[in-house]
Amino acid sequence: MPATQIYEGTRIPSPCPTILELDPTEHSLEDILTINFGPNHPSTHGVLRLIVDLDGERVAGLKAVIGYLHTGFEKTMESKTYWKGITYPERIDYLSFQANELVFVMAIEKLLVLETPEKATWMRMCLSELNRIHSHLVWLGTSALEIGAISMFWYAFRERDQVLDLFEMVTGVRMHSRYFQVGGLAEDIPEGFYAEARKLARHMPHAVDDYEGLLDRNKIWLERTKGIGLLSADDALALGQSGPMLRASGVDWDLRKSMPYLAYEEVDFDVPVYASGDVYDRYKVHMDEMRASARIVGQCVTRLEELRGEPWIADDRKVVLPPREELHTSMESLIHHFKIVTEGYLVPEGAVYVAIESARGECGCYLVSDGGPKPWRVKFRAPSLAALQATATCVRGAAVADLVAVAASLDPVMGDVDR
Amino acid sequence: MSGATGVPGVVETVEAHGETTLVVDPARVVEACTHLRDVEGYNVLVDLSGVDYLGWGSKEVAGYIGTPAGRDLNAAGSQGFGRVPEAKPKRFAVVYHLLRVSDEPGRMRVEAWLAEGEEIDSVVSVWPVADWNEREAYDLYGIVFRGHPNLVRILMPEDWEGHPLRKDYPLGGEPVRFSGEM
Repeated sequence: MPATQIYEGTRIPSPCPTILELDPTEHSLEDILTINFGPNHPSTHGVLRLIVDLDGERVAGLKAVIGYLHTGFEKTMESKTYWKGITYPERIDYLSFQANELVFVMAIEKLLVLETPEKATWMRMCLSELNRIHSHLVWLGTSALEIGAISMFWYAFRERDQVLDLFEMVTGVRMHSRYFQVGGLAEDIPEGFYAEARKLARHMPHAVDDYEGLLDRNKIWLERTKGIGLLSADDALALGQSGPMLRASGVDWDLRKSMPYLAYEEVDFDVPVYASGDVYDRYKVHMDEMRASARIVGQCVTRLEELRGEPWIADDRKVVLPPREELHTSMESLIHHFKIVTEGYLVPEGAVYVAIESARGECGCYLVSDGGPKPWRVKFRAPSLAALQATATCVRGAAVADLVAVAASLDPVMGDVDR
Repeated sequence: MSGATGVPGVVETVEAHGETTLVVDPARVVEACTHLRDVEGYNVLVDLSGVDYLGWGSKEVAGYIGTPAGRDLNAAGSQGFGRVPEAKPKRFAVVYHLLRVSDEPGRMRVEAWLAEGEEIDSVVSVWPVADWNEREAYDLYGIVFRGHPNLVRILMPEDWEGHPLRKDYPLGGEPVRFSGEM
C-alpha cells in the first residue's frame, strides 16, 4: 500500500471552485460549445444536470445544477412523530438505507439517553456492513457499465442479490426495511441467518478477487481510470470530502476507526488508503472496503451466535412497542402500543449531532427536539452533496468522456444530494 | 470533546450530550471560524444548516399532538417532560458542525443567532465546501450570506416563492395543478 499523507500542515486552498469558470484568455469563445449533461442521462446516477462548456473535447467550464430530486424529507419529518419518521431517512440515500436509518435512530437514542442491548448493537453493525457491500456493488456495477465494462454489471448484481436475500430473510423486505427501532431491532434474528451470512462473508473476498480479475488487467479500464479526476488531500479536506473519496486521496480517516461507534472498537478490520486521488484509487478503495466489510460481517455473526436468546430491543415500554403476543392478554401493553403509534413518545429538549461512516462517507444527523413528540428540526449531513461539490475540481482540463468516469467515481446518490 | 478557549466572538459555551457548542456573535463568525480552523485545527466543515425557531415553545407549531386544538404538551405531561422549552435568543440559528481530521479527532458546533432579515458573513473563504450548504440555507430559510460568490436557490426551482423550511411555510403549501386548468 502506498505511503499515506497525514494531515500535517493542511493547506486550505481558497478559492477552491465548486464551479469551473470558463477562462476567456485560454479559450476562444467562438469555439465553445455549451451542452447540457443530464438531467436525464443514464450516467448521472439519477437526475443530475451539468452545464458543460466544451472546447473541442476538453471541458472548459462546468456548473452543476441539482435539486431535481428534492422531496422535502426534512420538512415532512418535522410533521411526523419520531416513531413514524424512521421510514423517511431510508429513502434519502436509497442505496445505503440502513446507514441513514441507523443515524436517525442513534440520534433519538442519544437524546433519550437510551441504552440498546448488545445483540442490537452487533446486528446493527452486521447489517450496516452488509449494506456497505450492497451499496459498493451497485456503485461498481453501474460505474463500470458507464465506462463500457458491461459484464461487470451482471457479476456485481449477482452478489448484490445475495445481500438483498439476507435482508429479506431478516426484515421481510429487500430494501427500506425499517428494521432498526429506537431501542434496538424490530424482530429477533431468524435462525437461518447466521449460516447464510457466514456463507456470504466467506464468498465475498473471492467475488471481489473475481471483479478485480475482470478489471485490473483490462487495458481500457486502466486507461480510463488511472490519472483521471485527480483530487489532492488538501482539496479533499477543503471540499469537505469523506469516506472513499477522502481515503482515495491519501487521508487515513474512517469514522469507524477514528471515532468508533456501535462496537467497531471490538472488531478487527483494515482501512484502505490510497494516495493518488484518481478514479482508479477510488475504485481500489471500494474493492478493499468490500473485503473489510465481509471480514466484519464474519466477526459479527460469530458474536451474534454467542448472543442467541438475548433480548434484541431495550425494555423501555414508554418508547418501545410491547411484544406482539402481549397485546392479546395485557391491557397495559395495548395502551402503550396505542399511545406510541398514535401520539408518539416525548423526546427531551436538546440538540445532538450523530455521525456514522456510511458507504459514501460521513452520514450525519442533526436533531433538534423541543421536548415534544415530533422533531423540531432534522438535518441530514449528506456525503453525496459534498462529493458532488468536488466535480468541478476533479474535471479541470479533462476530456468530456472522462467526465462520465469522474461523475461515477464520486458515487453520488441523487436522493442523498437533494433530500 | 474539549472546549476551545480564546476563540474570538464567543458569547457562550454550552456543553450538552457530550457535545460542545460555541455560540458566537454573528458579526464575528468568520473570525471565529478562521481561528477554529487555524489554531484549533478544525480543518473540515462537515455540515452547515439553518434552523427556524419561530413558535418555539408554543403548542401551535410542532409541539401539539394531533390537531392544533389537541392536547397541550406544555402542560405537565404524563411522561415527565411536560415543561416549556427554554426560550431562544432570536428566530434563526445558523449551525456549523466542525470536524478535526487528525490523530486527535474532535467535533465542535458553532451557532450564530439571527433575527428575521438579519444577514451573516459567508464562510466560503474559510471552507470552500460551505458554498452549497449556504445556498441550501438561503434557499430553504431565506438566510442571506454576505460575500457568498453565487447565492442563488439550489434545491428549489429558481422562480420558487418563499422558503419551505421556515415554520410559517405550510405543509402542502404547493398549489396542486389539475389538467383541466391548463
